[in-house]
Amino acid sequence: MIGRDLLGIEDLERADLERILETAERMQEVGLRDVKKVPTLRGRTIVNLFFESSTRTRTSFEIAGKRLSADVVNFSPSSSSLKKEESILDTARVLDAMAPDAVVVRHAVAGVPKRIADVLGAPVINAGDGAHEHPTQALLDLLTVLQEKGRIDGLTVAIVGDILHSRVARSNIYGFTKMGAEVRVAGPPPMIPAAVETLGVKAFSSLREALDGADVVMMLRIQRERLAGAYVPSIREYSATFGLDRVKLRYAKDDAIVMHPGPVNRGVEIAHDLADGRPSVILDQVRNGVALRMAVLYLLAGRRSPAQEG
Amino acid sequence: MHRVLIRGGRVLDPASDRDEIADVLLEGGRIAAVGSGLEAPGAAVVEAAGRWVAPGFVDLHAHLREPGQEYKEDIASGGRAAVAGGFTAVACMANTQPANDDPSVTDYVLDRARQDSPARVYPIAAATKGLAGEVMTEMAALVRAGAVAFSDDGQTIMDGGVMRRVLEYSRLVEAPVIVHAEDRTLVREGVVNEGPVSTRLGLPGNPAVAEAVQVARDLLLAELTGAHLHVAHVSTAAAVELIRRAREQGIHVTAEVTPHHLTLTDEATLGYDTNTKVAPPLRSAADMHACRRALADGTLDAVATDHAPHAVHEKEVEFTAAPPGLIGLETALAVVLDLVRAGEIAPLELVRRLSSNPARILRRPGGSLAPGAVADVVMVDPELRWTYDPAKGWSKSRNSPWAGRTLQGRAVATWVDGRLVYDAERGVLAP
Repeated sequence: MIGRDLLGIEDLERADLERILETAERMQEVGLRDVKKVPTLRGRTIVNLFFESSTRTRTSFEIAGKRLSADVVNFSPSSSSLKKEESILDTARVLDAMAPDAVVVRHAVAGVPKRIADVLGAPVINAGDGAHEHPTQALLDLLTVLQEKGRIDGLTVAIVGDILHSRVARSNIYGFTKMGAEVRVAGPPPMIPAAVETLGVKAFSSLREALDGADVVMMLRIQRERLAGAYVPSIREYSATFGLDRVKLRYAKDDAIVMHPGPVNRGVEIAHDLADGRPSVILDQVRNGVALRMAVLYLLAGRRSPAQEG
Repeated sequence: MHRVLIRGGRVLDPASDRDEIADVLLEGGRIAAVGSGLEAPGAAVVEAAGRWVAPGFVDLHAHLREPGQEYKEDIASGGRAAVAGGFTAVACMANTQPANDDPSVTDYVLDRARQDSPARVYPIAAATKGLAGEVMTEMAALVRAGAVAFSDDGQTIMDGGVMRRVLEYSRLVEAPVIVHAEDRTLVREGVVNEGPVSTRLGLPGNPAVAEAVQVARDLLLAELTGAHLHVAHVSTAAAVELIRRAREQGIHVTAEVTPHHLTLTDEATLGYDTNTKVAPPLRSAADMHACRRALADGTLDAVATDHAPHAVHEKEVEFTAAPPGLIGLETALAVVLDLVRAGEIAPLELVRRLSSNPARILRRPGGSLAPGAVADVVMVDPELRWTYDPAKGWSKSRNSPWAGRTLQGRAVATWVDGRLVYDAERGVLAP
């Protein structure tokens, strides 16, 4: 079953994913009420420890915590140990002394949530670490596909873009393969990680081949600084070969949906007119994010500690 | 005269290819005799039944951090860690603060060593001033001061023209040039071996080819110049193969491998433990096995620790920000004994790679139990099981991937110049 922390989808079993998704579906009902609040986590303290700024993810966690009546505190230390006196683990120890009930960690470097979890008493939820994992994003993506398609088993999912630097790609690869989907990745060869097939996916350098027969097309956000020549020659060339528009989308199944973790670089990885409305489900993903994070907070921060159980 | 009779141990002497039960008599700082049933009235007797008796180990590659970073290690603490690990001599790298690029720094290191270190200390001087890879150091003056080799170590000399001149000039002093062979333009931000593990971790990969490319360049320059090239901490199958072929072509190249590259793979990094961050990185299982075979068949000449102390707070940071390196003097023997237990190398051959081969590479005495040789000797209990706790070790630092692990095999007594400097029960005894 789900452990103390949620550090990555790689650590989870299919049954864990199903349990989280079922819990999220129940949480969705809260968001539809007139008074969007339940007392489930009253008296619990959740800290959003964001070393890397991310207004969307932090807001989503904050709303999720508040709908469960938790006290949510935002803590954003300066970005890296290199720039400040205190080491990452010292920050964690200081926080631990304040006895939070859950800590949501976001950091630009892979592995920081895991290191923090090693020294922290409270559960740690990874809200994105470097190019490692972004488990709640993958879970909300699973929830969105499940609601759109009614199943995940047997679907074909194409993830397109800078796979090398993408935590969203890694978490979704684990999530969709564990749930029985076929996952393909596609992007310029320098953006395909070494030995990516060991993750259970097939890699393509042709968008057309990757999209052929796909039920779900997931476009990744591209960092503009990576389009300056080190990995691909230019934004224009990237956009022409791997940007998605309505013409290229025809390679996929007729009822394929288009996903994007946001924020969207309109006109780069996805055409302007494709980002809004069907077949795009980008805003459904955002909506599901709150319910999904409520489920995760409920499952992890809602546990009684051994001391409380006496 | 001070005499010690080490009685009834398994004597492993690579210099004479001896592997038999015998007594060893130390007298006046020299090996006086090796044989069975030696009589030595008045000698202190050490019973060595079940133990190995071997020449003291010589470490080609350690960072003793003095001068400049004494909070990580100093010559006293590094020297104590050395003899506790069975090393009677340690070659220390030049990346101190200031760098050992001037005879005054070499003098200082040797002066501290004479006063503070129970182990012999062999300073490796910088190959270029300030380790900047531009202007070569005064090699003749540095050798006169006591430098034994030249290296910019981790500050790999990327300018091929400078490297060529360094190798050419080193022939004047007949000292090896030691290279940390990684093409920095291929390493870039890489912090773990590029492959399935870097992909899973989401950390920037350092490709194995970065090592092979640089080794190939340096081997070609060694061929051109006729200099003695020594390749530090070989970590990849590709580099091993290049060195093997160069050796066959008669290029003067020697090479070392670390205990960690012989026994750990990149999978040790899966929990993001910064104590597994090292340069070059821990590699794939195939690379590790290639290194093990190469050590056994002699392509890799020596085991060297690359003992690299860092303070706890320096490692408690993001994986990408942590300094690379781990400490190894106190665990090296136990770790590499794994190859003996796996049947991959004979005890005598392992001892050769820990003692006589590194001594030969540095052109220093040691590595021999022949009568008349310096009495640098280690007694090893190859079976002893012990749990390693860096906090209780002799190094000032604790950055070890073996912390808390149960290891097998340990030095139980170490003599330098015939003087007992370490004893498992009493600890480090001198200076």
